[in-house]
Amino acid sequence: MPVKLAISPRTSVRPWSFGPKSSPLPGFRLSFAFTAVYMTIIVFIPLAAIVLHGARAGFGAFLHTILAPRVLASYRVTLGSAAAAALLSAVFGMLLAWVLARYSFPGKSIVDALVDLPFALPTAVAGISLTALYAEHGWIGRYLEPHGIHVAFTPIGIVMAMAFVGFPFVVRSVQPVLEDLDPAMEEAAASLGASSWQRFTRIIAPVSFPALLTGSALAFARAAGEYGSVIFIAGNMPMKTEITALLIVTKLEEYDYTGAAAIASAMLALSFTIMLLVNILQWWVQKREGQRV
Amino acid sequence: MSRNRAIPSSVLLRPSRLQKAGRAALVLLALLFLAGFLILPVVAVFSQAFSQGWRMYSDSIVQQDVLSALRLTCLVAAIAVPLNVVFGIAASWAITRFEFPGKSLMITMIDIPLSVSPVVAGMMYVEVFGLHGWLGPWLMEHNLHVIFAVPGIVLATVFVTCPFVARELIPFMQAQGSDEEIAAVVLGANGWNLFWRVTLPNIKWALLYGTILAASRSIGEFGAVSVVSGHIRGKTTTLPLEVEMLYNEYNFTAAFAAASLLTVAAIVTLAIKKIVEGTTGVHREIEEQEAES
Repeated sequence: MPVKLAISPRTSVRPWSFGPKSSPLPGFRLSFAFTAVYMTIIVFIPLAAIVLHGARAGFGAFLHTILAPRVLASYRVTLGSAAAAALLSAVFGMLLAWVLARYSFPGKSIVDALVDLPFALPTAVAGISLTALYAEHGWIGRYLEPHGIHVAFTPIGIVMAMAFVGFPFVVRSVQPVLEDLDPAMEEAAASLGASSWQRFTRIIAPVSFPALLTGSALAFARAAGEYGSVIFIAGNMPMKTEITALLIVTKLEEYDYTGAAAIASAMLALSFTIMLLVNILQWWVQKREGQRV
Repeated sequence: MSRNRAIPSSVLLRPSRLQKAGRAALVLLALLFLAGFLILPVVAVFSQAFSQGWRMYSDSIVQQDVLSALRLTCLVAAIAVPLNVVFGIAASWAITRFEFPGKSLMITMIDIPLSVSPVVAGMMYVEVFGLHGWLGPWLMEHNLHVIFAVPGIVLATVFVTCPFVARELIPFMQAQGSDEEIAAVVLGANGWNLFWRVTLPNIKWALLYGTILAASRSIGEFGAVSVVSGHIRGKTTTLPLEVEMLYNEYNFTAAFAAASLLTVAAIVTLAIKKIVEGTTGVHREIEEQEAES
């Protein structure tokens, strides 16, 4: 009998080998080689080019570039706005995930589809549209301006644009967790006399918290790197409303490639840190789920 | 993703009148948020585009620059999407059907483009192919243009869209397992037959889903393309870049008219996505298979 058919679907077919003889399925060498070469050309070499160029200037010059006052101010604007946007996304994302997972109401499937709109809408379109809404004479801006609330061309506008692109991450992280929550747990709690508030804080909140954290981290990462939707509404004043991504573009336009590469390396370091945190979070979630089962 | 799972219906969890009012209030709040935060920007795009009447709208769209931007956007998507479909199939075949060292590293690498800022993504290719980049002098000698030309735009688009197909296929094929494929091989199918007769029919909906996401993103990509494009009117401006240029020239009606085309594309994307999810339950299938195993 050459092949064992009783293979669990979760595990792959055969241990590591480059020979088609030891695995019943063909195409390992072709698909592996294609994937590896493609990733190397498209992702790995270009990434290395940026980091090496950033480092080529020497450590002192590198630090000098990434810690210049205008650059530091751009980190403050970017990270501060991204944090505020992630918080806003967490609150409204949780609300939407909750409503979609637990209640039924007319038009629910349209609402569910609409949550993905920020993923589908090109960022430049979102940018000019939000600017038009929040500008002095815009549909929303005209009601805020008389109260002294300026959104367009201020950090508040940056937060709004970042929250727009970020909040679907929270909904799509939390929603499946809430949908999969076993009603029996809540029923058991209710039968033991737990109030609905207690059921929320003791059962629902702890179960959905890691997903909420993951979604917020993804929203933060997206917001911190966001460019298209932010630059139109930001006003782009150096030291005040200039985001780091725009600063890189400005450096490139001034032919300061080394400076741009240094700042881009700093941003890459941030992206990878967040990616690592998200992976740790997901590992934590899986471990907890393993314990529950 | 819309699983209208029955809400816990046990007597113990039957809501009181106060709780019912609370639910209604939460749903209302969610709908208000959605209307103000998502629907209003879309309505604003069309309202601005038609603010000077139909004639002005159609005149803005049939302009030479807008039409050539539209052509370039379609061309770029027509190259980038098929490349990433092939990559997605190859990567998910290698990852879900075989064991090899470095597999989790490969999965992480596929996620990198999602966490890198689009501006940094575009800049990577400037570092490799630009005048001061690694291959710049050689390309110059042979009179080849990558940066500030169409190949650079294609490369940047390939980078930002390469995870989408693979990320849809990997969990799907993992859950599906390889029993049917092994059976086909045992019965004598060769690789070509195996792919066209067994694997492709099994994965077609997940593949379509990932392809839609990749196409949508490649049509709308702004930041990465903006860095490598050079903004040469009629030659290297994609539709999102044309929107930006018109907007920065204070030609708002034309900018929003061009943006309305992209908005329609986004709405069509959401509709197709919803249909694929609804008729086939791509995500439901994955979860059911996971539950069985």
